[in-house]
Parts: sequence; structure tokens; C-alpha cells
Amino acid sequence: MRKLALNDEILLTIEKPARYIGGEVNSVMKENKEELIRFVMCFPDVYEIGMSHLGIQILYDLLNSYEDVWCERVYSPWMDLDAIMRKEQIPLFALESQDPVSDFDFIGITLQYEMCYTNILQVLDLSNIPIFAKERTNEHPIVIGGGPCAYNPEPIAAFFDLFYIGEGETQYRALLDLYKNCQKDGYDRMDFLHKAAQIPGIYCPMLYDVTYHADGTIKVFYPLYDDIPKTIMKELVTDVNQVPYPKKPVVPFIKVTQDRVVLEIQRGCIRGCRFCQAGQLYRPVRERSLDFLKEYAIEMLDNTGHEEISLSSLSSSDYSNLSEFMDFLIEKCKDKHVNISLPSLRIDAFSLDVMSKVQDVKKSSLTFAPEAGTQRMRNVINKGLTEEVILNGARLAFEGGWNKVKLYFMLGLPTETIADVKGIAELANEVAKVYYETVPKEKRNGKVQITISTSFFIPKPFTPFQWAPMGYAQEFLDKAHTLKDTVLEQLNKKSIRYIYHEADVSVLEGAFARGDRKISDVIYKAYQKGCIYDAWSEFFKQELWDEAFEECGLNVDFYTTRERSVDEVLPWDFISCGVEKAFFIREWERAKAETVTPNCKMQCQGCGAARFKTGICFDKKN
Amino acid sequence: MKYRIKFSKYSSMVFIGHLDMMRYFQKAIRRAGLPIAYSTGFSPHQILSFAAPLGVGLFSNGEYADLEFTSEIKTAECKKRLQEVMVEGVDILSVKVLPKDAGNAMASVAAASYTVKIRKGHERDDFSFTKEFDRFMSQNEILIEKETKKSSKVLNLKEFIFDYKADADSIYLLVDASSSGNIKPGLVMEAYYQFLQKKPEAFEFVITREETYTRDQNGQLISLDAVGEDL
Ligand code: SF4
Repeated sequence: MRKLALNDEILLTIEKPARYIGGEVNSVMKENKEELIRFVMCFPDVYEIGMSHLGIQILYDLLNSYEDVWCERVYSPWMDLDAIMRKEQIPLFALESQDPVSDFDFIGITLQYEMCYTNILQVLDLSNIPIFAKERTNEHPIVIGGGPCAYNPEPIAAFFDLFYIGEGETQYRALLDLYKNCQKDGYDRMDFLHKAAQIPGIYCPMLYDVTYHADGTIKVFYPLYDDIPKTIMKELVTDVNQVPYPKKPVVPFIKVTQDRVVLEIQRGCIRGCRFCQAGQLYRPVRERSLDFLKEYAIEMLDNTGHEEISLSSLSSSDYSNLSEFMDFLIEKCKDKHVNISLPSLRIDAFSLDVMSKVQDVKKSSLTFAPEAGTQRMRNVINKGLTEEVILNGARLAFEGGWNKVKLYFMLGLPTETIADVKGIAELANEVAKVYYETVPKEKRNGKVQITISTSFFIPKPFTPFQWAPMGYAQEFLDKAHTLKDTVLEQLNKKSIRYIYHEADVSVLEGAFARGDRKISDVIYKAYQKGCIYDAWSEFFKQELWDEAFEECGLNVDFYTTRERSVDEVLPWDFISCGVEKAFFIREWERAKAETVTPNCKMQCQGCGAARFKTGICFDKKN
Repeated sequence: MKYRIKFSKYSSMVFIGHLDMMRYFQKAIRRAGLPIAYSTGFSPHQILSFAAPLGVGLFSNGEYADLEFTSEIKTAECKKRLQEVMVEGVDILSVKVLPKDAGNAMASVAAASYTVKIRKGHERDDFSFTKEFDRFMSQNEILIEKETKKSSKVLNLKEFIFDYKADADSIYLLVDASSSGNIKPGLVMEAYYQFLQKKPEAFEFVITREETYTRDQNGQLISLDAVGEDL
């Protein structure tokens, strides 16, 4: 029997002890032999969030398929346990073996959003691993980061030995083999890191240095050695039908955010919305074959016992064989009493038909993401969705019996004017109007319920908006208030609800997203002051962050509201996601000219991602 | 066809609460590929119900759930298939087919038996925890105040303790677990400690539910799986 790291009394005192006991269905146990490489994958947030993440499940499955590796999991202890562990000096442990994280060879940390950065420090700290990479010795695990935030790793560069840039399936074997070789002849940490930095896609921040101009911008960023690459190209899977995908994902005991089978139908997105980072990072689009999806859907359901399956991709409607695959799923799931959940579908006749088959129309709500309120603004962000298409989709939906609609927008987009802000309310009002025109009184199931939800736009690296200024917190709030007032002035105000997020967290996220190496100290200071779980509004402490920035002599505005020139050396310029900078510059110009750019299916824009010789860029040419 | 499964709960699974155990079994039944019946309606659910819920932290050798299958399956086969999909900490102890007129698991629970032990690290030098239990039980009546949702009422605990046995290091209790007089072993221990003029420490006891009982036609207590048969 496994011995748990926490004693019964602690487990019975804290909330949800199941977060820490491991032993879930499909979790992997191995015999702990001397030569086994011990790897622990970490999602630096609470268990329910971390367990819902697909990327970790993929790597967990991949690494455990290697006989010489045992990959386990660890998540951030929740606040109640965090306090107990500090007080009683209990080291952080991995879920499967319950062994201390500090005993492992590698700790892999997935970086899905910037607001988890202080939780990385929490995990290292509770594991008794030095927070700064340069203070670690041969005895300590190698700390490696990956995921979307690794594309600008500089704000957290000081805490990591390595970053893995790109899709994880390709280079882990090479990295582990190198590690084994280095161990054979007297392991030396720096020697291993130096060699690792020569593996494609691997970045070792300690082997680079940076100098700055007087104004704080970067002068040069350079490798310290000749044999260390100047530019790091992202890693990418060229055949998505040939890489392993977890057939037996771990099934948590407690309800987690994604309590279902998640099937990734494709990687990448053809659309090229200019605000969207994921759309650029995962270029080009690579679709999985129908046979692959059918096989995995059934096996994953059988192996987990989940009662729901969800399709994952950036824009599912663009998947070529969606209709055939949906027919298959609907058919199979009926037999198995499995629900299907469909995120990210464009609202049209086809998707409404599918949805009416898999959801309770009366209960479910429909989601539109116009992202901007006016056509002009939508042209700037290259969201190829017209008012006509939206209203037409709404009309079809109302005819089909739906009466709950969610509309997602961003405030603070580049070139935004008050007219664009008010346009959001006006569009919502039009949608309500369509309802009252379409559905006769006697057929109405109460009022139409429209929810407008806005987030504040945050410019991200590797997008055409990476040079754009972000708004000030007060500007954001003023815009939100304007929008609220406009909603209340309109005829259909009673059918429309408006929600928006806090502005402060968005500003901080903006600073981290485009931050440089200097930010590491701010994060460290804030953590020491008690910042942790910043993504959770109940724990976010703006004052402490303000203090931390000030004590480090840094100004948030430098990172957020400043417009960069295209000649500036950006902190992430040494990384390439395959899409060329020239393409981003071209798109930035077209945005300012309010010009729409066709998507990959309509016309290739020569963005540079064709270098990978796969996916949509390649398929069409053949 | 109605089936009744009996299972145990031990090791790290004692930290999984009742609702999560239900979810665990729903998924396990699917993994085992058993022909479970579903309710009708827009969101059908498995026809599956549990007997007396077990608190977090308690061990058990006698948990029960009733389920309905759409086709016949041998009890041994069903037991084997379910056991194959269990995790460490839950074992399938028996599977029986229920007679058509059997009451459901939850409603037919009449009593439950428990063993209570002292948790490691809580042993006290000043007294042996089982020694005075006979004396405690030989009182004419044991009056306690039981909190209900709205008020509290005084009841005679002795009437609800059907049997007991105090050993050197454990106390066995057979107590009422019916909906009208559901007595938790913790309540008995509290009354016992009060009698000793001591206060139980937090987490002092390790409690194992040993069996769950119903009554036969003659009013005799029989284990819940004695109602069903092998197939
Ligand atoms: S090279 Fe062309 S087809 Fe390929 S991702 Fe870029 S724009 Fe799309």
C-alpha cells in the first residue's frame, strides 16, 4: 500500500484531501528502480485546474511510455495546506509516489497563464529547491518550463534551468538520453545544461546575457558561448496522427474543471485574428484524421468511464470532417449515454443543428465571440465576422428555441474609439431586437437573456499587436462604465446583462506578457511579500505588486502602455514560432489601415510557417 | 434486474467523500462495461443508489450500492469485472441479485456495526480507553442531547445500541442506523468520554464500519447482502 506524505489529521483538516492523495484511476505507478529517471510534471495552480489541462496529460502519457522514466504529477497546494506545510516544514511531494519533489531528476512546469508565476515560486519553495536557477547544485532537480508563456520566458528566466519552446512530443527523448549520458561520466549540472541548450527547441537562460539602452529597452541579447544558438526555433509535431495521445487519461476522484474526455481534433488555427497568440504559436493548422479521432474517442471513453466528451481545438468549425465526425459521435454516444460538449463552434445552420441534437436547447446558452462592437474594429483585429452573420446566426438560434445568448468582447483594442465601445451595447441591442422580431409572443419562453462579457485587451508576443500600447487601468474602467451606461440607455436594457473583469490583474498580466529579465526580481519580491494565487481575485493583492515594482525601480507603464517601434529589440526576439517578424509587421500595418487579411484556407499569406513542411501550408500545395 | 454490490473502503480512499464515491462508481460501472440501466428524460442517469453514506475518514468493510441492469449477468462475472476496474482502497466483496420485491438499499438500512480504535499517536498513559466501557453500558439509561436541524432533543442512547463488545484495544458497536434513529459511533464515544469525565481529542478515533444491516420478516438483523442471491 502507498504511504501518504500527509498524515491523517492533516488530510482530515484541510479542504478536499483528494487533491493530495494521488492513486486516481489510470495514474501510473512504477517500481522505483535506481536507474529510473524521475520526472514530475507541475501545473502551478490548484489540483482542479491543473488536472483539467490537456498538455500535461499528453506529456504524462508520453514520458510514462518510456521504460526508463517515471513521470508523476504535482500541483500547487491550496492556501490551507500551504500554511500547514510551511508551519510544519513538510516538503512538497509528488502525487503518485508521494516522494519529495526535491528527490526528482526533473520538474517540468507548464506555463499556461502569466498570473501563475508566483505559484511557481511557491512550488519550488515548498520543495526546498532554490528559487533562483544559479543557486542550484548537482543535487537539485532540473527545472524546465514549457507551454505558451515559454514563448516569452524572460520575466521568469531567473527561476528556470531550461525552457522547452514548442510542442512537447518531439525532444524529450533526446533531452532524457543526454541526461543519462551525462550521468554516466560524473554528472555536472552546468555541463548538462550547456549540452541541453544545443538540442533544438531548448533554451537555457543562464547561457545568455542582455544589455540595455539608457531608456530601458534592450541593446543586445546574446549567447555567452559560440556553440549556443542565437535563435531558438519552436518544436512542432509534423504528423499529428503519429504522435502518442493519452488513451488512458487520469480520472480524478473529485470534480475538476474538465470532468470529461478531451479529444484534440486539430492543432493550430487558420484564422489569424490579430490579438490571438495561440493562433500564431501553433501555426500551421494540422488536422487529425477521422480514423484517429474515432478510435481515440471510443477508447478514451471506455478507459475512463467519463460521461462526457469534449472536442478541443482553437476553432472546431474549421475542422474539415467535422460533420462526419459529429455523426459518428452522436451515434456512438447515444448507445453509451455519453454527453457531447462543443466549445468554439461558429454559430450557423450546421452547428445549431448539431447542438440541438446534443444539448437541451431550453437550458443551454449560445456563445458568440464578435470580440469587437463595430465592423471597423473587427476589421482592425481581423475577426472576419460581420454584423449580418451574427444577427443571422442569432435569428436561426431563436427560431431553434434558444433564448440565452452570451456575447464576448474585448475593451482597449488598438485604435479603439468611444464609438467602438458603444457599438458593443448596440450590437447586443440588435440581437435582442432580432429575438422580439423572430419569436412571436405566444412562443416566447420569457425574455431573451443576453449576457455581454468583456475582458481587457492584453497585447501578447508573437502577434501583430506585440508593438501596440495597452490601456491604463483607469481607461479600461472608464470604457466599461461607458458601455454599462450605453446598455442602460437602450430599449432592450432589461434583456441585457453586462459583466466585466477587474482591470488591475489585466495590467499586471500585460506587464508579464511583454516583460523582460528585469521582471524576475519583481516576481520574487512580490512572492516574498506574500503574493500567491494571483489568478484568484480573492488572493490578488495589488498594493504588494505596486510596492514590488517600486522597490525594483521599475515602472509598469514601460511594459504596458508604451507603444514600441518595430525596430526595438523585443525580449522574445531570440525565439521564433516559425512565423516571421516581417509578417507580423505587415499585419500590424494592415491593422492600422483597417484591412482584413484572408485566412490560410482562402489564401496563403506566406507567414513563414510553411518552413515546417506540414499542415495546411503543405497540403494545399500538393 | 436489480443487483446489490458490497464493497470495502480503506487506505487513501477513506478521504473520498460520499458524493465523489458515487461519481467513482458511476465511472467504474462504465469502465467495466456492465449493462447498467438508465432513467428516462433529457439527462438520463444510471439507476444506482447507495445505502448509508459513510463520513470522510471512516474505513468500511460493509458498504452497499444497488443497481439495475438491463440484461442478466452472472454475479461472479459482475464481481470480477468490477474488481478489475477498482483502484487501491476499494474492493468488491460480494455481488448478489435481489428479489423483485426487495426494498432499496437506502430505505432498508436498520443498523450498522463499527469498531473503534485509538489513532496512532493518541494513546493516553492515564487510562485504557476500553476498560470502563462495560460500566458505561451497565447504566440504566444513557441520556444525551442530539442536535437536529432545528432544535435538540434528549434521547436515551442505550435504546439505540443493540450490541457491543469491549476488547483490549477496540470497541465493537452495533447501533441503530435507520432513518428514524441514525446513531453515529462518534456520538457514542462522546457520551462514553463524558461518562469518564474526559474530552475526546480531535481525530482520536479510527472508526471502521464493519457491516450494514437490514431486518428480515422476523425482525432479525441480517446483513444487506443476505437479502440477495448468487446467480
Ligand atoms: S504559410 Fe500560409 S498557409 Fe501556412 S500558416 Fe502561414 S499563412 Fe497559413
